[in-house]
Amino acid sequence: MNFDLSDEQRMLKDSVDRLIADQYDFESRKRHAAQPDGWSRDIWGQFAEMGLLALPFSEEDGGFGGGPVETMIVMEAFGRGLVLEPYLSTVILCGNLLRLGGSPEQRAELIPQIAGGELLMAFAHGEAQARFDLADVAATARQEGDAWVLNGAKRYVVHGDCSDRLIVSARVSGGRRDRDGIALFLVDARAPGVSRRGYVMQNGMRAADVNLANVRVPAEALLGAAGKALPTIERVVDIATAAICTEAVGSMERATDITVEYLKVRKQFGVTIGSFQALQHRAVDMLVAVEQARSMAMFATMMADEEDSAERAKSISAAKVQIGKSAKFVGTQGVQLHGGIGVTEECQVGHYYRHLTVLEMLFGDTDHHLAALARAGGLVGAA
Amino acid sequence: MDLRYTEEELAFRDEVRAFFKTALPADIRRKCELGQRISKDEMKRWVRILFDKGWATPAWAKDWGGTGWDAVKQYIYKEEMHMSPVPEPISFNVNMIGPVLIAFGTEEQKKHFLPKIASLDYWFCQGFSEPGSGSDLASLRTSAVRDGDHYVVNGQKLWTSTAHHADWCFMLVRTDPAAKKQQGISYLLMDMKTPGITIRPIVTLDGHHETNEMFLDNVRVPVANLVGVENKGWDYAKFLLGHERSGIARVGVSKYRVRRAKQLAQTVMIGDQPLAEEPRFRERVAAIEVELKALEMTQMRVISESMKSQSDKPDPKTSILKIKGSELQQAAAELLMEVAAYDALECDYDFLRGLRATAEADRDWALTTAPNAYFARHVSIVGGSNEIQHNIVAKAILGL
Repeated sequence: MNFDLSDEQRMLKDSVDRLIADQYDFESRKRHAAQPDGWSRDIWGQFAEMGLLALPFSEEDGGFGGGPVETMIVMEAFGRGLVLEPYLSTVILCGNLLRLGGSPEQRAELIPQIAGGELLMAFAHGEAQARFDLADVAATARQEGDAWVLNGAKRYVVHGDCSDRLIVSARVSGGRRDRDGIALFLVDARAPGVSRRGYVMQNGMRAADVNLANVRVPAEALLGAAGKALPTIERVVDIATAAICTEAVGSMERATDITVEYLKVRKQFGVTIGSFQALQHRAVDMLVAVEQARSMAMFATMMADEEDSAERAKSISAAKVQIGKSAKFVGTQGVQLHGGIGVTEECQVGHYYRHLTVLEMLFGDTDHHLAALARAGGLVGAA
Repeated sequence: MDLRYTEEELAFRDEVRAFFKTALPADIRRKCELGQRISKDEMKRWVRILFDKGWATPAWAKDWGGTGWDAVKQYIYKEEMHMSPVPEPISFNVNMIGPVLIAFGTEEQKKHFLPKIASLDYWFCQGFSEPGSGSDLASLRTSAVRDGDHYVVNGQKLWTSTAHHADWCFMLVRTDPAAKKQQGISYLLMDMKTPGITIRPIVTLDGHHETNEMFLDNVRVPVANLVGVENKGWDYAKFLLGHERSGIARVGVSKYRVRRAKQLAQTVMIGDQPLAEEPRFRERVAAIEVELKALEMTQMRVISESMKSQSDKPDPKTSILKIKGSELQQAAAELLMEVAAYDALECDYDFLRGLRATAEADRDWALTTAPNAYFARHVSIVGGSNEIQHNIVAKAILGL
């Protein structure tokens, strides 16, 4: 048992932390958000130079060979800075789908482009009726000669508005919620029949609804075996869930720091409000919530590459429950301890609250994961 | 970063688990499983077995009977102890007076006391709190006045748990009434057979007698039984705060209770299905399990940092372990009571106290669940209440 980072991991941490500290302060972030894409192409280029966009790929594929710990380091820093760039969609979701499901040809074509910062991707999987059920896919793929024809409507495609390529899930057989029968396809986001409605999410990140009307893709667009994609999707979503757990920890940590700093300067009744015990204890409860969340984010990081899918899913659900509870508490209480200024747009703490709200929802909210964990029998064996 | 146990640690866990499984006499094991209290003689029997194995005081310095295990192994040992379950040896002996004497005692004191403390030939109790000195412990007023080779002690101590079993008491007394409150306190060892000591039982909410009031009327304590330097006793008492890193959260206690609740819920029917199958019950259990896993990982992080750091300063994160650990011990105890439902409501104090091995009620296990849930209320009060822990974290970590 050890919690130490290796020398390489520490170097990665130093460089990512420095980038966020130097270029992702609150004012800089406003400028990034005001760019046409809602994020900064310049920052994205720096991610590419630092190797962050090559992080999860094997060295044979031209990647960095990083695992969940490296992802944790990056995402925690991103959480502190409220980073807006399409890292989750391009590198973590689509990158890992390619890594785990892609053919050698697909990997050879796409991974270097992702690593170089030239290709943006998004995972078009969720649908309006599915809520958090990953198996609930109504979109269809029909084989016509050598081609596949896709139809369906995908919602909440994070960074789906700016992406060049999509990985689209569609059903090749079975009923709407069957575990079998789902396939993944690489789709050019500008192909005929693809239409997108982009919007801003509550945390300032961009997303899109993607409509597919008789979109024809060639046989080579199929990613993995037709009808057998769900285990890969679940595995990648577990990896991504672990990643956003660590991102949430970064956000919670910063929100708590900002709040404690404010308690030390804001004066009422002639003294700093941090001298009041009611507020001190609330701040301590925030810290406890952050530390418990950090512990579970580490647990999720450890379990993200667990081969036993049942164990992995239980662990990830447990982590998401703790992160969800902590995030809600830290977000709301950070606003509360700021008083009136906390509910204004100009105050940083509210932006953390909004980001944490999105992260709590993403890949299943607290209730969803608590129910999943309970159904799976929990963490403590009854035997 | 690898948060899994190593092969060696897993082998150690199996060794400890196997030992606990076979070494504890069956009559005591049954009491532990049923949540009954064990007697003084039973505790002494069990500690003797541990002592003979060399495992009675794992965390002590090796020269004085420690095992030399690192903090991870000490943690594994404690968790297995709680989960087996076997009785946990007297904390006053193992975690408090032993380490204080190793750090501050004279050679004579160490040679005389430490082996007897480890084997429980000397059962120690703690004389710290007083009627007017709870959270504000340093305001204590029990006085010790030098008279030749003795201190003459007068005053009243409160919450002297197991004083009625104890052979000795380690206590804080005021030796310099003129000094500032933390500075006039000394640390004494008092033989409980000394004339002038009166013990009055206090029965707690659970219906059990474990704690006491202790009245001290001209009790003569030899100066040789002073620990360290006169008027420095507060430092020795504080030395322990934040140092008990490997077991303060008592994750194993809560984990055992949760496991037991899940097992028992399979035997309790709601209509025609076991309680264990009810989604609401399962979610309630799962919510506790999540917090418990988080606490376990936090505990591991604190242990890991303590193994790296050479600093002797207590880690204020132990306050977090205390806060969450106590809340979860309470939640898990309540869970067991709620599994028992109506069957928890019958009072059978003789059964609880272990004076009778069997109960008239069908579900004997249910009879201890309410008392144990009530008794668990003390864990967020004892050793610096959770509110005091909040004050500590606010000051030491947040700088408020």
